[in-house]
Amino acid sequence: MTTEAEFPAAALEPVTDTTTVRPPSRFWAKVRYHVLTVYAALAFLYLLIPIAVVIVFSFNDPPGRFNFTWHKFSTAAWQHPFATPGIQDAVVLSIKIALLSTLISTVLGTLIALALTRYRFWGRSLTNFVIFLPMATPEIVMGSSLLTLFITLSFSRGFTTILIAHVMFNISYVVVTVKARMAGFDRKLEEAAMDLYANAFTTFRKITLPLIMPGVMAAALLAFALSIDDFVITQFNAGPDITFPLFIYGAARTGVPVQVNVIGSMIFLSAVLLMVINLIVQNRRSKRDAIASRGAVRAAQVAEAA
Amino acid sequence: MGRVTRLFRAAPAYPLLLPGMLWLAVFFVVPMYYLLDMSTRTGNLIDGFAQTYSFSNYTDAITQNQAQLVRSLVYAGSATLLAFLIAYPLAYAIAFRGGRYKNFLLVLVIAPFFTNYLIRTLAWETILADHGIVTHTLKTLHVLSVTDALGLTSGERLLATPLAVIAGITYNYLPFMTLPLYVSLEKIDKRLLEAALDLYANRIKAFFRITMPLSLPGIFAGTLLTFIPAIGDYINAYLLGSTQTTMIGNVIQSKFLTFNDYPSAAALSFTLMAGILVAIIVYARLLGTEELA
Repeated sequence: MTTEAEFPAAALEPVTDTTTVRPPSRFWAKVRYHVLTVYAALAFLYLLIPIAVVIVFSFNDPPGRFNFTWHKFSTAAWQHPFATPGIQDAVVLSIKIALLSTLISTVLGTLIALALTRYRFWGRSLTNFVIFLPMATPEIVMGSSLLTLFITLSFSRGFTTILIAHVMFNISYVVVTVKARMAGFDRKLEEAAMDLYANAFTTFRKITLPLIMPGVMAAALLAFALSIDDFVITQFNAGPDITFPLFIYGAARTGVPVQVNVIGSMIFLSAVLLMVINLIVQNRRSKRDAIASRGAVRAAQVAEAA
Repeated sequence: MGRVTRLFRAAPAYPLLLPGMLWLAVFFVVPMYYLLDMSTRTGNLIDGFAQTYSFSNYTDAITQNQAQLVRSLVYAGSATLLAFLIAYPLAYAIAFRGGRYKNFLLVLVIAPFFTNYLIRTLAWETILADHGIVTHTLKTLHVLSVTDALGLTSGERLLATPLAVIAGITYNYLPFMTLPLYVSLEKIDKRLLEAALDLYANRIKAFFRITMPLSLPGIFAGTLLTFIPAIGDYINAYLLGSTQTTMIGNVIQSKFLTFNDYPSAAALSFTLMAGILVAIIVYARLLGTEELA
């Protein structure tokens, strides 16, 4: 408000003394420019050094149980990544849970996102609020409240309860991701399809789904990443079952085997690979979409005029 | 009439909502009720916990764990501030200088997320280890004696000190701070800044009058997304800290999973949740950001 009021006043004020407006100093502009760049570079270094440490120490041959000091280069752990007892079961369980919870939460979340973006219904803001809440709740509160539910109902903890928990915290993220992607969604395309005698199902399959697919894929990737990484909620609801993060936690005090670094590096590298593929596919698709949707919009305009 | 047609038109929304919202209702909303219900019970694991409406569970749990509560606030607050100081210039640089490498740089920002949370934190254990380069350098530069005097570190160690825990939390939640800041900075119309400069604002003034206010939604989202998980965190305190740095999350976790003292743990958990909700509302009022989602 105040800025709006002040702008005209400042503009009306005649600039009487032009000499007071110094030309911007070249030197300081340069310094300022480089200070920011250096600062950002340092921040990136800070972000990436631990990752480098994880990968470098996956090639270590630690002298004792603790993999904290560099001793000798070795590829032993990479050759036998599942050599530590228990680690294979933990990784397999984590992947199973991640795949299943991704599938369920992506379907449920996408349906909610569709409802939220295309209908004005009673209870819409309540729905939005309930979707927002899990993202504003500390994991420990979600984990402990879910555990309290299972304790009170004497429901035994294990695979099912981990899956329930993972779907629960993933839904909100799926909804938000798909919704963001649908913000630029052109309803005219669906109307055009309907006008051209496509039924609701065909319209959904041929028009809606392909258009929201990048958003759904992004949501699924995010859900998978959140699930496979989750520790807190899982720890509360796992019972005797051990996922990969729980395995690491258990090993932390007695010495984490090098294999953990190897699997951590593998997950990191495959995630980077997926990310790159996703970027490339999206780039290609958005180019194709742009061309296709331009044609479709024109068709819709023609249909409207006719 | 209009209302009825509108309801009729919106009817297909409900079957779409049902399965997902039911899941959230049963496994997120209902558990909150059970948590509240458990928090006023008394008893033990063998005889069971009976509902006695013992509200003293709350006062007992809070007074007994005052140190941990205060510590959680201080650690999470410092980590949020540090993350902001690191993330704002970083997000600014990506948004205004990134050019065609913006997406690539954003991937670098979230790259730490691609390794497991615990592995990341363990990497910090390696970096801050007693005979590591970082400890050695800081010792040589006499930084450690300064931080020791401030109570941030103890002796010639970095590990098992408050500084290590705060650094760990800052690191682990940095992308949560950076991404919302980037989104709000990226949206700013550069012509506004040009206009400000044309109207004889200097760069500092332009920053504080244009860039900063326009990035407020990002600051709001970023600080909340960092502070909320940080205050409930117990992994950093467990892996990088000592018994002198335990946070409220560690207390809740051990009460629930080790000591089976469910009512007391539930009371603390509920206090944390309520405290955060109040904080969000106050904070939203202060920053004047009404829209949360």
